[in-house]
Parts: sequence; structure tokens; C-alpha cells
Amino acid sequence: MSVEIEEKIVATNGLKTEYMVLNMGPQHPSTHGVLRLELELEGEIIKKVIPHIGYLHRCFEKHAEAMSYPQVVPYTDRMDYLASMYNEFGYAVAVEKLLGIQVPERVDYIRVVMGELQRIASHLVALGTYGMDIGAFTPFLYCFRDREKILNLFEITCGARLLYNYIWVGGLSHDIHPDFVRLTKEFITYFRPNIKELNDLLTNNKIFIDRTANVGILPKDTAINFGISGPNLRASGFKWDLRKDDTYSVYNKFDFDIPIGEGLMGTVGDCWDRYYVRILEMEQSLRIIEQAIDQIPEGDVALGIPKRIKPPVGQVYSRVENPRGELGYFIMSNGSTNPFRVKVKGPSFVHLGVMNELCKGYMVADIIAILGSIDIVLGEVDR
Amino acid sequence: MTYDFFYKLFGSQIIAAIIQSLLPLFIFILPFALFAVWLERKVSAHMQDRLGPMRVGWHGWLQTVADILKLIQKEDIVATASDKPLFNIAPVLVFVGTYAAFAAIPFSSAFIGSNLDLGVFFIVAVSGFVVAGILMAGWASNNKYSLLGSMRSVAQIISYEIPTMMVIITIVMITGTLNLNTLSEMQTGHFWNWMIFGGPVFGVSKFLMIPFMIVSFGIIYISTLAEVNRTPFDIPEAESELVSGYHTEYSGMKFAMFFLAEYANMFAVSAIVVALFFGGYQSPFGYVGHLFGLQWLVPIEQLLWFAAKGLFFVFVQMWLRWTLPRLRVDQLMTVCWKYLIPLAFVDLIIIGLITLI
Repeated sequence: MSVEIEEKIVATNGLKTEYMVLNMGPQHPSTHGVLRLELELEGEIIKKVIPHIGYLHRCFEKHAEAMSYPQVVPYTDRMDYLASMYNEFGYAVAVEKLLGIQVPERVDYIRVVMGELQRIASHLVALGTYGMDIGAFTPFLYCFRDREKILNLFEITCGARLLYNYIWVGGLSHDIHPDFVRLTKEFITYFRPNIKELNDLLTNNKIFIDRTANVGILPKDTAINFGISGPNLRASGFKWDLRKDDTYSVYNKFDFDIPIGEGLMGTVGDCWDRYYVRILEMEQSLRIIEQAIDQIPEGDVALGIPKRIKPPVGQVYSRVENPRGELGYFIMSNGSTNPFRVKVKGPSFVHLGVMNELCKGYMVADIIAILGSIDIVLGEVDR
Repeated sequence: MTYDFFYKLFGSQIIAAIIQSLLPLFIFILPFALFAVWLERKVSAHMQDRLGPMRVGWHGWLQTVADILKLIQKEDIVATASDKPLFNIAPVLVFVGTYAAFAAIPFSSAFIGSNLDLGVFFIVAVSGFVVAGILMAGWASNNKYSLLGSMRSVAQIISYEIPTMMVIITIVMITGTLNLNTLSEMQTGHFWNWMIFGGPVFGVSKFLMIPFMIVSFGIIYISTLAEVNRTPFDIPEAESELVSGYHTEYSGMKFAMFFLAEYANMFAVSAIVVALFFGGYQSPFGYVGHLFGLQWLVPIEQLLWFAAKGLFFVFVQMWLRWTLPRLRVDQLMTVCWKYLIPLAFVDLIIIGLITLI
């Protein structure tokens, strides 16, 4: 329920009144990292939200200029640390485009499987922490329990659970484990019913719907103006998914749908829609994995890795559909072994820009609901 | 009665009164609060596929004792900018408000702190201390989050007292007494004499009353949930919004007092619900003591029944907490003013009409 703001002069009887400025973060349980929000409040009603960022700035782009192309991969992991696989994926796709090389088909299939598993893992964190923001603690732990299974899959593949350094330019660091296919299939059969469980516990809960439906409505045109992408854009009712609309890797070989927000519980583009689109996307990701896991061709995953990467002078912009939205890499080469410039267009950074637009006129409790629903990762906002 | 027993033992009214007033604290409130904190952690853990505390004692049952020992040793931090007198009084006031409520709760026919004729009224009145304490804590902390939390808390507790009182009036109207002990005695016999099943009257009016009594119970249970700041009404201490609301700035033993008061309060409101609707300390099936002619056993059985019933409702509170999300401030007020209060009014009128039959 939106609260109408009365735009009237608050000074009464000659007494000077002013809005309360509340500093939310950088140490706050639900700013999802080290985000600082400066809120101007009238009672509990929000007048203005100013996000302050930079607490997690690690000079990724500058670092990249001093590294050779393969050395940048571990740095990309550390941007969006909940979707590391996909960051590497995007970087590898961009450098391969710059080099003009084609990776073996086996590599592409494994990348897609890993990418989609990562998407599910990332969405599980988003949905779980969102539940916790609204006050439901149990779904959070259920989601992490399921995410743990995905991390185990990654662990048997490459040994790491969070920052993988797995997808390399031209190939992969390791081949998949002999048990990987079986375990992934087991995971799919295990995880399908858990989506329903999550729906029963949280998605269709009356209190949850009251808190999220018709809150933080992001209309389609505003979303496009602010450059929103990914699940947030789709929740506003715009069917746009780079996996289909600007396809890369082998995504064009799979059959999957693009879920969009339909305003089932309120208005199109409200917090509930953004939440629900992610649930639907997990189901689609499972479909992709199911198709891909059976078709992984034989071959060598390290065969295509170039010994020395020295791209020709030029520049490339390549984008992939990260779990959070459009992750673009702009890479400029001056012909040496190090990139001259790496610029990242990250979804979280872009999405944070729309906060003020979304929050105006709602209450303090709604800020948490809105911030959780746009699902930012501060590691990627600050880079 | 325990008072008479101690009076005979020491021959002094003052000593007997002091012991009588300290008894519930030491034999009930503190052990219960410790147990409830442990229970909450275990209940939540098992609901979430976890084990919870396992290290200190069997299945971690000494964990809360260890926690309290830790809290006693902790430095008592008072922020420089805080209003020190108020800051120091607030936790005491909250604890006293909760503790005093236990005075009028009949644990068994032989053990009641003070057999007040205004028992229910007294409990509701002293609970007002808690509101003042919370507001003081929030204001004195000089912290915006605490202030927001305490403002929400006060608005919430005061609003939800209205439906609680309406339901209590309903019961008082039927039974004609405010004395919780008398109320419990009236519900003697078997469980169909409990107020939730229409009370100890027989005839058509009893059956007519049952649905309305269930509605009344629902109203008072929801309201008491809000009064003790439990999910889905834990808005004053909404962790994800206000860090931990009015007790953000408190540390050490002062924090522990808020903490213990919260858990003691959970039992206090459950006890009121039990006394009003579920026969108080009465057994649902009759007593083993009567069966074997051991009259001294009956009060002990009653105490056990009372604790069991109270604990069941405390468990339900925990169950709800780990299942439901949290409402927003305005939605919370909507629930109270738009649904509970009108419903309670209608309920009061209808039950009044039924009692006239």
C-alpha cells in the first residue's frame, strides 16, 4: 500500500521542523553488504533515499590493466561473488570474441550447466535473504541448505566453493568429475519439490504477499530508462533475456521459456513480481540443465586454451545474462599481453540507481523489501 | 497456602510476604526464562534442519546458563550521549512489569502469589509498566533506530490492549469475577467445563457459545502475540529493519533483563489465556490425587497441568515465529483497528445476548 505524501509546508506555528535523517548502513543486517543508505524520513515515511557506495571498492578495472588476460579471471570472481561462474563465463566469452576463437563444444555445454547451476544458487540466496528481510527466517536456511548442494557440485568439479577460477579463456581449468552428471541429475530430482515447498512456505503466504505486492512498483518505461535488466526488467513485464535475444555460447540449442512479471498478486513490476520471476527462472534453469547434461559431448576441455593470449589491436563489447541482469565486458586491446582497458557494466550498480525512484513515499520497512527485491551484490556495485 | 506455611514457620508476616513474593521469581520465572530461550533455539533449529546448541550439557540444555554467565561478566556499556538515569531504569521497569504480572497468576489452587479480587485487571495494569520501560529505553538510548522501535512498540502494545480487554470483559461478563483463582475454580471438572467450551453451564446456551468463545480465544491470542512483540508482530525489534529496536544500545546484564523479561512475558500472556479459556490449573480428566485419596498431590498435579498448558502456548508462539514473515507497521494497526476490535465488539454483544437466554 503506497502512502500518499502530503507535499505541504511542514513548518507550523512558526516552529522549525525538519525531516529526520537516518543513516542505514554500512553495518546494517539487511543492506546486503556494505551499502550505506541515507534516508530522509518524515516519521516512518521516506522522502528521499541516497545510496552511498564504495565501501568495497577493490580497483578491479585498474588491476586488470596490470594483469595478463588469463590472470584477470580470478578477479572477475570477486565482483559478484554470488555468481562467480557467470562472471568468468562473461569474461571468457568477451576475450574469445576479441581473439576470434571458437571453444570446443564440450566446453560450451559444461559452461552452460555451470552457469545455470550458478543462476539457481544465486537466486536461492536472493530469495532466502529476501524472506529474511521480510522477517521469515526459516526459508532463508532452507534456501541455503539447497544452495549447499550446488556448491558441493562445484567443489567436486574445481575444488572451490565460492570463487572458482574455473572457466578460462578458451576452455576450462578442469574437466568435470566422473560423478558430476549423476550428482547433477540427483540434484535436479531433489530440488524440484523444494521449489514447491518454498512456494508454500513463503511465496503464497498472506503476510508475505501483503508486504511485497503493490510495493516498489517499477513500471516498464522507467525500468528501461534506468537501464534495468535481468529478472528486474522481466518482472516489469518486458520480455528481454540475452540468452534468447542476443544469444551466446550454446543457449540457442535449448528449449526454455522467459518468465515475466504478470502482476498476479498486485501490480506488474512490484516486489512480489521480482521475487516470483526468480522462482520461475529457477525452474527454467533446471530445464536447461536437464537438456544440457545429457548432451555433453566427448572431448578435451583444455585443448582450446591458447598458450599465450595476445589479441590484435581492437576493442570488443560482449554481454551475457548474469543471474542479476546484463553483465557486459568492454575490453580494449593495444596488442600486448595485458588488456589496455577492461570496463564492466554490472547489473547491480545499474539497479541501485533506481532505488530513490522506487522508495519514495513508502515506509522504512518497505526500503528493506525493495532493496531485497532488486537483489544487488555490493561486491559488484563497487568492484 | 504457601503464605500461611511460611507465616507459621517464621512467625513473621514480613518474612513470609518476602518469601512469598520471591518464590515465583526463583522457582519459576528465572528457570522458565532460561528454559524458554533454550527451547526456542531448539525448536527453531529443528524446524530449520539444524541441531541448535549441542555442546554445553545434554543437547545444549546448559547453553542459556552459560549465556547468562557470559552476559553478567560483560562490560556494561552506557553510551555517552544517552540519558543515563532513564537508560538505567528502563530495563528494570520492563522486568518489574513482567514480574509483577506473575503475582496474580494462579499456578495451582495452593500457590498463587496474591489472591487478588482484581487479578486480571491487575495483570493488565502492571503490564503498562512494560510500555513505559520500552519507551524510556528507546528515548534514552539517543539512537534513531531505538526511538523508531520504541515508538512502534508503544503504539502496538497500547492498540492491542483494547481487543485483549474486550475479550477479558467478555469472560468477566459470563463469570462475574475478575479473580483468576475463582475463574479457574469455576472451570473445574472435566475439560468441557473450560470456558473455550462454553464454561461450566449446561444447556443450549453452552453450545451456542462455543463458536464465539473460539473466536474470542483467537482474538486474545493474536493480541497477546502482539503485546509480547512476537512474530508476525515483532515490528518493534524487526531485526532486518531496526537492527534490534529499543534494546539496540543495551549490553551485558541490562540486555539480559530485556531478554528474560521477553521470555517471562511470553509465559505470562500464555498463562492469562490458559486461565481464561483453558481451565487454568484444572486437569482435563480429573486427578490422580483424588483417585488414591492423596489430597496433597492435587496442587502439585495442578501446577504441572498449568505449566504444561502454558508451555504449549509458548511453543505455539515459537512455532509461529519461525514460520511467518513480519507485518508492516500500518498493516499491524489495520489488523488491530479494522478487524480485531470490531470483531471483539460483535463477539461481546452476541455472547452477552446468549448469557441472557
